[in-house]
Amino acid sequence: MNAEQVTTPKVIVRDLNFFYGNYRALKDINLDIAEKMVTAFIGPSGCGKSTLLRTFNRMYQLYPKQKATGQIMLDGNNVLDPKQDLNMLRAKIGMVFQKPTPFPMSIYDNIAFGVKLYENLSRNEMDERVEWALKKAALWGEVSDKLKQSGTSLSGGQQQRLCIARAIAVKPQVLLLDEPTSALDPISTAHIEKLIDELKKDFTIVIVTHNMQQAARISDFTAYMYLGDLIEFGDTSTVFTNPTRKETEDYITGRFG
Amino acid sequence: MLTLYTRRRIINVTGLLVSMLAMAFGLFWLCWILITLLSHGLTALTPAVFSQMTPPPGSTGGLLNAIAGTLMMSLLGTLIGTPIGILAGTYLAEFGQRGWLAPITRFINDILLSAPSIVIGLFVYEVYVIRVGHFSGWAGALALAIIVIPIVIRTTENMLRLIPNTLREAASALGAPQWKIVSFVTLRAARAGIITGVMLAIARISGETAPLLFTALNNQFWSADMNSPLANLPVVIFQFAMSPYEDWQHLAWAGALLITISVLTLNILARILFRQSATTH
Repeated sequence: MNAEQVTTPKVIVRDLNFFYGNYRALKDINLDIAEKMVTAFIGPSGCGKSTLLRTFNRMYQLYPKQKATGQIMLDGNNVLDPKQDLNMLRAKIGMVFQKPTPFPMSIYDNIAFGVKLYENLSRNEMDERVEWALKKAALWGEVSDKLKQSGTSLSGGQQQRLCIARAIAVKPQVLLLDEPTSALDPISTAHIEKLIDELKKDFTIVIVTHNMQQAARISDFTAYMYLGDLIEFGDTSTVFTNPTRKETEDYITGRFG
Repeated sequence: MLTLYTRRRIINVTGLLVSMLAMAFGLFWLCWILITLLSHGLTALTPAVFSQMTPPPGSTGGLLNAIAGTLMMSLLGTLIGTPIGILAGTYLAEFGQRGWLAPITRFINDILLSAPSIVIGLFVYEVYVIRVGHFSGWAGALALAIIVIPIVIRTTENMLRLIPNTLREAASALGAPQWKIVSFVTLRAARAGIITGVMLAIARISGETAPLLFTALNNQFWSADMNSPLANLPVVIFQFAMSPYEDWQHLAWAGALLITISVLTLNILARILFRQSATTH
């Protein structure tokens, strides 16, 4: 795999299996996520790409019947270790969802909410942090004069950038994006894709996408999954132009899925 | 093809007609009640109603003591019942996914929700009124609180369940502990719905008669002492409407109109509030 040769891995996945009750949704996944790069998970619906993403911050833990086995190493710690402090883990790994999820509070408080969980900032420092996060998320120009307005009053694309700002305000190392543009119009999508390209200077980004062109445009590495198996993983140009596996080629050329 | 289509249209028209008739049937009685109430109540609704006490038969008077008593007991019943209801409803919706306590609580709450209010009045009579030896405003407020609790539990739980799980996931993904997610995100998102539920509960108790008959009873004179029998609109209406005295009957109509107007206002306010929140989310 090229991923290991050119860059240092930030997240190392080994023998990962995932179960919804008795159903095995991920089968012996092995994969390295490169630091400060964009890694995309693609594949047809139900292939397990979102499930894989949700193991990284143990989002599945909210639901009693879901469990994961194996290893996900982040900075030498196994994320799946039951002793792992969940809240500290989620401070390191931020997440943005398919549908924008602004909290029912002001734009300012939406961003301060996460920061307050980990840091005791003065009013000034918090103002600076909110501005920093909104600038990073390319939203500052549009909302700087209405920070007291409700987050739900923004447009869909703006709400999604607010959610990205909220996630990066905590200063995580890894950013998980679960189909972040599938509920957005093309212009907002372009905004967010441009933003992802900027963000990878500071963050390791993992993105799940239904849109293969999007994966080709923005990612450095691509993983193709099918029915819970990782079929192919490598740098994006190779996966898209010269896939080693027939299944990958079929999916990418549109003969399947 | 044509016959199938014609048949479908006939079924459609019949269904529409039957539903409209059902609606007209329901509305007919409602309108009749409202018209009767307005025609009798409006003439009886004099300034004296709001400034004088309930009179002995044959002399003039008003409903001031009954209005005050109803306001006091409804307010107190709401103040006792609302926090308990919101807390229990929050438990059921946010913390009760695992274990046996939540399903049992929900089941018992459903029974309480449909319990006849006279049973609740008798219950408070048994456990409180008999023990202290006299009827009182406290006992009335307690009975009303017991009616408020299940309504608020039910609406709080339902409103919290309407909040999409993605919002909980988003807060959880930031590393927020569950108590913070619930108190700062989901309860806040469900706020308008929960307030609506509380208003509907107030509307419900402000007209309850049965639980007050055994608890607050009535008081012909002015009293703001919660520890003594307290006048209240529903029981005054009950007594005055059944009496042979015409002045009393007039006052009963005025009281009935007052209650109906306030319940109607509360219902309309609740609807407006809920609709506003539905459009902004």
